[in-house]
Amino acid sequence: MHSDIVISQTDGRPMYLQIMEQIKQRIAVGEWAIGEEIPSIRQLAVALRVSVITIKRAYLELEREGVIVTQQGKGSIVAPNARLTPRLYDEELAEHLEQVVRLGKLLGLTPAELAVRLQVATDEFAAGRLTKEKV
Amino acid sequence: MNELAVHFEGVNKRYAHFTLNDISLDLPTGSIMGFIGANGAGKSTTIRILMGLVRQDAGSVRVLGHAMPAEQTSAKMDIGFVSEDMRLYGAATLGWHMEFIRSIFPKWDAPYATDLLRRFDLKAEQKIKGLSHGQRVKAALLLALARRPKLLVLDEPTTGLDPVARREVLGELMAVLADEDRTILFSSHNTLDVEQISDQITFIDRGRIIDSADKEIFLDRWRRLRLALPPDAALPHIPGVVEIGGSGRLPVVTTKSFEPGMVYACNDSGATVQAIDTMTLEEIFVANVQSRRQEQIA
Repeated sequence: MHSDIVISQTDGRPMYLQIMEQIKQRIAVGEWAIGEEIPSIRQLAVALRVSVITIKRAYLELEREGVIVTQQGKGSIVAPNARLTPRLYDEELAEHLEQVVRLGKLLGLTPAELAVRLQVATDEFAAGRLTKEKV
Repeated sequence: MNELAVHFEGVNKRYAHFTLNDISLDLPTGSIMGFIGANGAGKSTTIRILMGLVRQDAGSVRVLGHAMPAEQTSAKMDIGFVSEDMRLYGAATLGWHMEFIRSIFPKWDAPYATDLLRRFDLKAEQKIKGLSHGQRVKAALLLALARRPKLLVLDEPTTGLDPVARREVLGELMAVLADEDRTILFSSHNTLDVEQISDQITFIDRGRIIDSADKEIFLDRWRRLRLALPPDAALPHIPGVVEIGGSGRLPVVTTKSFEPGMVYACNDSGATVQAIDTMTLEEIFVANVQSRRQEQIA
């Protein structure tokens, strides 16, 4: 049931971040329903063959973000008010934008030049979509 | 219940060509510790002292609440130990060994043992001398696991295993941890295994513990910063610097005390942080060992 969470050794990000992201995706698509109990830290650790402390870290961060709620002595559930989809993608976008700005600076691009590049990329993406749909 | 499954305090052991220096170590019940060191760093000596096989010259050792080596007999009923130099009888079958261990340890769990046979792809009728290295390791592990020990001590459990067998072994170790009262200490020079399943990590080098902390702390605090400095600018002050590499205007700084505020401090001093790399446990271990060795020379 949880073994479909995949931890990549070549993904540069720490394991707890990979786990957080996949849990959020699971919640976003409704596989883990709002208010539903989620596996205990130990259960998930055993299922994923990942240390307890890593899962604990992932759960703590998810709690801080309001995605899950941990009840003392009981377990964790998906937060009743977890409005996940917009926030999840929003965060991801913010992360990527930060990278764009950083790389832009490295290349010595002005904000205006960066904006042009974004427009070009958007157009290319749209074009790519169209050709794919045709095939 | 004891909160610490293993407690070492100021343990010393002197040999003609090797000294174990002031080893202090705490392993909380219910967790798993990876003990990392190069060959000859002192991993096996520490484990032998833990098992009461070698008497320390000084310092105290408590295992599952028992003082070692004085109370080793009672401690050992609850410790499962697997090491490279453990010999099984070549002429006897695995089934014979299982029966033998069962006759000594009342807690032997026969259904679990049968289950492990299947999961490790072993047969009770097989003679030990006909087993491959990987099968022998799994056989020894089966004999230890089926006793349901409170503490599992494994000296290099994954060394020489093929990827499939390694995965089976790591999976069974994690399954043990499903029970919160059980604790595992394992030594390895395979940092990937340790990184995946350990809660606590201890680095040992040349007979000394050079670092010991929970894994997330290691992975969080160690970073490699790639900087770009303006001409003739000095390197900004960065806490916890372990290593400085790269070139003059493009230094690469390894720190063991990273926190996000560092980036602003660097920017304020005119330097640009071009990248912040996370580090694998292996990189952390190597950087750690090298910097400590240099400290010792200096």
